[in-house]
This record gives sequence, structure tokens and C-alpha cells, in this order.
Amino acid sequence: MGTEKSQAAGAPATKRQFRIWRGDETGGDLKEYLVEVKEGEVVLDIIHRLQSTEAPDLACRWNCKAGKCGSCSVEINGKPKLACMTRMSTFTEDETISVTPLRTFPIVRDLVTDVSFNYEKARETPAFAPPPGVTPGDYRMQQVDVERSQEFRKCIECFLCQTVCHVIRDHEENKPAFSGPRYFIRAAELDMHPLDARDDRKEYAQAEQGLGYCNITKCCTEVCPEHIKITDNGIIPMKERVVDRKYDPLVWLGNKIFRRGQVPQTSVTSEHSPGAVRTPAAGPPGFHSHAGASHDPKAEAQAQAGVNWHREVPKPTAPTLDESGRLPLTELTFDRPAAPSPFGEDVSFPLPPEHLNYAHPEQDKH
Amino acid sequence: MTTTTRIERHHYDVVVIGAGGAGLRAAIEARLAGKKTAIISKSLFGKAHTVMAEGGAAAAMGNVNSRDSWQVHFRDTMRGGKFLNNFRMAELHAKESPQRIWELETYGALFDRTKDGRISQRNFGGHEYPRLAHVGDRTGLELIRTLQQKIVSLQQEDRHEHGSYDARIRVFAETTITELLLDGDRVAGAFGYYRESGEFVLFEAPAVVLATGGVGRSYKVTSNSWEYTGDGHALALRAGATLINMEFLQFHPTGMVWPPSVKGILVTESVRGDGGILKNSEGKRFMFDYVPDVFRKQYADSEAEADRWYEDPDNNRRPPELLPRDEVARAINSEVKAGRGTPAGGVYLDIASRLPAEEIRRRLPSMYHQFKELADVDITREPMEVGPTCHYVMGGVEVDPDSGAAFGHVRGLFAAGEVSGGMHGSNRLGGNSLSDLLVFGKRAGGHAASYADGLASRPQVPVPAVETAVETALAPLQRDTGESPYVLQQDLQAVMGDLVGIIRREGELVDALARLGELRERVAKVSAAGGRRYNPGWHLALDLRNMLVVSECTAKAALERRESRGGHTREDHPTMDPAWRRVNQVCSLEGDIVHLDRKPLPRMRPELFALFDRAELAKYLTDEELAEFDALAKEER
Repeated sequence: MGTEKSQAAGAPATKRQFRIWRGDETGGDLKEYLVEVKEGEVVLDIIHRLQSTEAPDLACRWNCKAGKCGSCSVEINGKPKLACMTRMSTFTEDETISVTPLRTFPIVRDLVTDVSFNYEKARETPAFAPPPGVTPGDYRMQQVDVERSQEFRKCIECFLCQTVCHVIRDHEENKPAFSGPRYFIRAAELDMHPLDARDDRKEYAQAEQGLGYCNITKCCTEVCPEHIKITDNGIIPMKERVVDRKYDPLVWLGNKIFRRGQVPQTSVTSEHSPGAVRTPAAGPPGFHSHAGASHDPKAEAQAQAGVNWHREVPKPTAPTLDESGRLPLTELTFDRPAAPSPFGEDVSFPLPPEHLNYAHPEQDKH
Repeated sequence: MTTTTRIERHHYDVVVIGAGGAGLRAAIEARLAGKKTAIISKSLFGKAHTVMAEGGAAAAMGNVNSRDSWQVHFRDTMRGGKFLNNFRMAELHAKESPQRIWELETYGALFDRTKDGRISQRNFGGHEYPRLAHVGDRTGLELIRTLQQKIVSLQQEDRHEHGSYDARIRVFAETTITELLLDGDRVAGAFGYYRESGEFVLFEAPAVVLATGGVGRSYKVTSNSWEYTGDGHALALRAGATLINMEFLQFHPTGMVWPPSVKGILVTESVRGDGGILKNSEGKRFMFDYVPDVFRKQYADSEAEADRWYEDPDNNRRPPELLPRDEVARAINSEVKAGRGTPAGGVYLDIASRLPAEEIRRRLPSMYHQFKELADVDITREPMEVGPTCHYVMGGVEVDPDSGAAFGHVRGLFAAGEVSGGMHGSNRLGGNSLSDLLVFGKRAGGHAASYADGLASRPQVPVPAVETAVETALAPLQRDTGESPYVLQQDLQAVMGDLVGIIRREGELVDALARLGELRERVAKVSAAGGRRYNPGWHLALDLRNMLVVSECTAKAALERRESRGGHTREDHPTMDPAWRRVNQVCSLEGDIVHLDRKPLPRMRPELFALFDRAELAKYLTDEELAEFDALAKEER
């Protein structure tokens, strides 16, 4: 392998066209750069070359340059990506490469955004609760049991899933109530942790993190550089309220075999723990409303039936693509203040409830 | 100047500079001791270089081989460091690391497990038994995330109790400290700037813990991130503390050499621990030719025996691919120099022909992932191209082994992790750094807290020092005649990489010092374009002086030490000299000139000496020391 590639390394560098967003919270625009690109380089190399040549104050976060720290998240040709993991060889020779900051977060400068939203949500997520009475050194867990949580602990906190999530991407107003995929898998991770002492992770995610806003479009899974199955393994199991509060491998296996959706959805009837999840204020013991406080028997029956993932909803029209088959870049080069919705131009958010496969976060509250 | 009025001020009991493993562990300890604690991080919270540690954290828990004990771990550490380690640090480290690892589980860490549900431990270069607690090959990430989440949980407790997350422990992300401020010889605070806004910030605090990591950014080929500019080393020097062992830098033997954009990035040693072998361009497994005499007893001398070891380590000796890192790095260097390297200037690391593809993906998931995504190389099908890369600095702040308090003439300054010196001697064993972070992070944080408790009066920050710090920080922005910081950094990296690299020669070191002298003048005149808001050019301009002074320490100490030991190889003095084993070289700053002193190593306690057999000690000790050892042995009989 080495011979062939290393010779290629000697190939002369070519100049490539870049468009990089420069500016701050008061405004800015795409600046054109013609930059030298060498064999085997990634987009972050090009940004570094620009910094050391014509744009010494070009702001960009980075750390490890190996896809392990999740610092250099930007949007490349409109797609959220790690700049250190985007090889130049994935573009065609004559392609102009646009690099813009993450759209969901406020601009600090150039490619740097204020990601403090994520750290706030992290602080709101209840921490691991050590099992009482187990002394350090006496923790015993089976590999098969830790692996489920380990998948989520691979997360490098690049926040690409957060920036791509349509619930907050163009909806600032949803931010207070919605923690985002990163913190759903944090809750899932703790829910599946064999020794976590809390048993209300799912309920918490539903009641406090805004899990119900998610309607499983899987954009987060798609952009995850760690290939974590955020939706399939994290969010969906959290949304499904398994019979047993403790994670039961048989239930899990059953769900796998019988496909989710077709398994009767069971509501949680076990006792509420104080703390994160609010206790129902009134009602007969054991009564657990899923239709908010409406007391409408029809709404209640429908809510109790749970979420039907196979429900037929009208197909949205596809967004307009440009000649290259991609979505037009971003609002920066687009005729509207936001990019076209990947969910269809005729779909407005919030979606009408009858089109949704979701359980409203408010429904467990009183 | 009215600048002082625009400085944001904070009061803390303990300020921890650095938010990697050591810094976070120190902060947790200081907060648990009831101190109001600030964590200063150059990057975002949770992005520290610790995430890059892949192999694991060494701790003699004995989960996989019950014969392991702290004594064996201690022995391996001393052996790896070629007996130049501060024995007390190595002892504390070996004794305390199991508790520190177990403690992480109570914070929520999920290590890989053994069949009986304990923490699994893996083999690693230089460790006699499987000892590294690990999570696939992303142990560093697990460690940093666990500590980060523990801090969040403490903040949640504080919110419950005091109404604010930040009541007793606060993270200042993307904040750089440029100066420590002293009241006489006591630490009074730290001055720096927010990277995002460029605004200045002053922390008034009687105790400061340095946990800033290493210096690798001064090298051309390095596995280290941009943060590794030796800030803590330089801050300590300027505050009157001392550095030891700065000549010892670890070049990790297996960094990626292809493609060029990821040159320097590590290929974890576990690739070799799991069966990977090194081959030259002729296809020869060359490591058997490079087993030094001191290691002959522990390492296999035939491929057959080496291959049996993976399955049956009790009855076979280890493959030579698992020699300590410096030996492997030197061997690769020799092969490449002899013309048997790959076209990109490395050698081949082959695991593809040794394990089934599925097994490789299971054991080395992030390695597989990394090569596939960054280089489009499938390690289950083709060998990797690897070569030495600057990885870790053994040298650092000279500290009291028990408390982490800095020596020299400053009080209230503590150091832990890579920025501290002594623990690893002349060479660090893989896996020892993650446990080092935890053991000494906790110690430094705890002792910083009790130091703050014991003060009768709080030191006061002198106003003129703040004004000077402001001027120094703004200077590069106000000059427009100087050179670009990027050019200066490249020149510095070239000097260090070419002249103070893995193999050193007297002439080149003299040359390096002269060039560093020239660079010092150029760096003093550096100018940065643009404004104060998130301006990487300005940030680099301010980091440069730290990189420079630390590089001078390394070059000076390397020139002076006329022997080869661990992470310091002198082509003109190729052997170990027992007389030099007794000497630490201590760097201090006089004005802005680096001053070098010699200091005898602390004497190891007799019962620790007794852990080694005489034949082994004979390779390291002087005749005089051996005679003492014999006398002791006789006494015991």
C-alpha cells in the first residue's frame, strides 16, 4: 500500500476554491479563497494553511485532529461534519467547498459558535447515581451489559447531532424545553447502566428533556461521526416504555425479534420517584393520564394506545435540490433566511398532532 | 493605563489550570475538601488531550493475573524509567492507582469487563502482567467524560444546596492563563483572557494547581494537540519554581506517517499487545535484532516463542514488539536510517495478517475507524505505516512527591499530570500516564485545599503585576512590524524536530541553542493581525514564548546529559552511565535566562531496592551503590 500512495504524495499540489464564512454576531459573509491542497489532506488542513498564510485570524476550533475530541464541527457544503474527518479526496477537483459555522448555535466569530446550550443541557441531566452499599472495587458487571451503555459513551460531544436536529435547528423557541439527541443518549446510557441506582431515566427524558419533540427523522444518527445509533438504540428504546423498569434483556430481545411498533405499547404504572419526574397531583391511585389533563376519554384512549410507528401520514413533498442533487447550501447563499426543510417544503413546524408519532412531553405533567 | 478597570475579577480558594484528567481530578478533590474551585480550560470542557489516550490506565488490581501487585507495578515503572524516577512517586502511584480506578466506577465509568464481571486488564509494553484497565481503545475519552460528569454531579449538588451550579466549582472554558501573580513568594492569583471575547480575567486565589499537560507542539511531528505549548512549565518557571528531567521526551514509536495530513497521530500500543508486529520494507520482523541486554531475560528470542506468548504468557517470554517505547522508537529509527523503511519514512505495523478481520474490529474499534476514515486504510486488510512521533514529556515541574507542591521559591503552587516531573524518570510506560493523572491529580487537589486552609491571610494580587500582564498580552496586537506567529512556530518546530529530536548530537544541540536564541528575539517582536475576539493568531503569539522557554530547557538539559537513557538518546554518548543515574538536571529561570543545575536523586529506601535482583540493579547502579546494596543484603541475612 505504502509504495503506491507515498508516490502519490509526491504529486504536485493543486489550487482549490474555498468559500469560508467570516464574520461575527453582527453579520458576515462567505469569503472566497483559492488554496493549495495536497494529496491526502482534510478540510482542517486547508483551514490551517489559510491561517498560516492569508487569514491568520480565521477563527476555528480544533484539538486532536484525529476525530476523537469533537472540536472542529462545522458545516461543509451545508452538511454538519468534523473538519478533521472530511478528506479532500471526497470532493471533485473542480468543486467549490463551502465551510460555514454550525447553524443551530449563536455565532462567536467565523467558524466558531457558542455551544454553551449543550453544556447547560448537560448540567440539567441528572448524573449517575452510584448503587448504595457497593464499595469501590466491588462493582461487578457483565461485558454484554456494559456494552449497551458503552455505545453511547463513545460520544465525543461534537454536537453535530444537536446542530442537525430540526427541533432546534431553526426553532430557537424549542431550545428551553428540548435537550437534544446528545442528552437523550446520555439518559439512555444511564438508563441502561447496569448499576445506576435511579430508575426514572426514561420518564425524566420524557418529562424534562423534551424527548417527545423528537419524531425520529434519524438526522442525528446520520451525522454522528462515531456512528452511534442514536435513534435506534437510544431514543426509540427510551420512547418505548418497557414493562420492566430495570432493563430486561428478554424484553429487549423480544422487541428486536418482533419489531418495535407491533409490540403492544405498555404504559408505566410503577411508582413514581420523587425528584426529576413530577408526581401526578390528583386522580385515583394507579390512574395515569396520557392525555394531559383533558379527561377526554377518546383522547385518553388514543394516548394509552401509545405511539404507532406504522401510522400513515401524508408524504411531504421533497425539497428542491440543485443541479448537483444537493440541498442548496445554507441561508447564506439562499434566497430565504433558512435552508429548505429536509422534511419537505409544505411541512411546517410544529407538525399537526395527527401527523405525529410522538408522545407530548406535557402529557405526563399536571 | 485604565486597562485594569476592564478586567473581570473572580475569587477562588483553588484555581486549577488545565481541564484534562489531572486537572479535573484535582478540582474534584479540592471541591470535595470544601474549597471554592475554578477550572481553567484552554479548550471547551471535555476536549482535553486526555481523550487521545487509547491503551488504558495501569493499575495493579490483579483482575486478570492475580500475581500482580503494587510491588511488581513499581518495579516495572522504575525499570521503564531506567531508575531515574522519583522512587516515592513511583511507589505512591503503584500503591494508589487501583483505588483511583475503582473510584471512577462510582462516578459512572464503564470499563471493559472480565468474565467474572471485574474490570478487564490488558497487556502493554513494559508491564509484566496484564494491567491496563481499558474501554476498547478509547480509555482516555472514558476517563475525561467520567470526570467531567462527576464535576457536573457536584455542580448539581451545589445547585441543590446553594441555588447555583457554579456556587463551589466552576469551569472557565476557552480561557488561557498567561501569568501567575505572586505576593512575595506566595501565589496570589492567575491572569488570563477569554479566548472567545479576548477580554481579560483575573483569578485571585491562594493556591494554584498546574495541570496543563505537555510541550509537544514545539515539535514538527507530534501526536499532541495545539494546546500542548508547555504553558504550565513556563508559568511555573516564571513564578520561581523549577523543572526537572526536561531532556526526556517520549517519542511514541508508532505514529501514523501516511497520509501526511495525519502525520504524528498515534497508533496505540495495544495493536502490538494484541499481536501486531513490526516489519521493514524487506518484510523482516526486525525487533528481535534490537533487544537490549538489560531486557534479554524477559523477551523472546524466536518468532515461535513470541507468538506463543499471546496465548500462554506464563510459559513464554514476551515478543520484542512490546519492549519499552524508547527501544521500539530507536529500532524503527535505525531501520529507516539503514534504508529499510517505507517510502513515507516509517516501517510497517502489521495486524492484518495476524488476526481475523472481525477480531481486529472488535479489539481495536477506534483504531480501525480512525484509519478507515482519516486515511482510507483498512487495517484488517493492509499493514499500517508507522514511525516515531513526539508524544509525551517526562520532565516537568519539580514537585514534592506526596503533595505535588512545586519546589523552588514559590508557595501555593502545585502540579500534577504530564506537567509535573519525576514520576516517570527517563521514560514513561504506556498506561502509566492515565493512572498518574488520577493519583497525583487527587493528591495535588487535596494538598492545594489544605494549603489554602492553613493560610493565616490571603495573599494580595499586586496591581503593577496585573498591568504588566495586560501590556504583555496586548503587545503582539499592537505591533505590526513583527513576524507572523505561524512562521515562528514552524521555525521553532523545525529546530526542535531536526536538532533536539529523537537522536541527539552535541554539535546539533549547540546549534539548536544558538537558533533558539535567535528565535527568542524574533518571538519578542511577534505581531498578530486582527482583533481580540477569538483570534487564533494572537493566541499562538502568546503561546510562543512558553514554547520557546520550555524548548530552551530541553535543549540545554539534552546538551548537558552526556549519556543515553530512556527518552534521551545521544549518538555521541550511546550508553547509559550509572553516574548520570544519580543526577537530576534542574532548570530555573534567572531573569529570562534558563539556568541549569544538577541535583542528586532522592535515595530509594532499602526495602524498595530489595524488590529487584542484584543482577538487574548491576545494570543501572554505580559500584559504590552496589556495594551499599550488598551490605544491606548481608545485614538482612
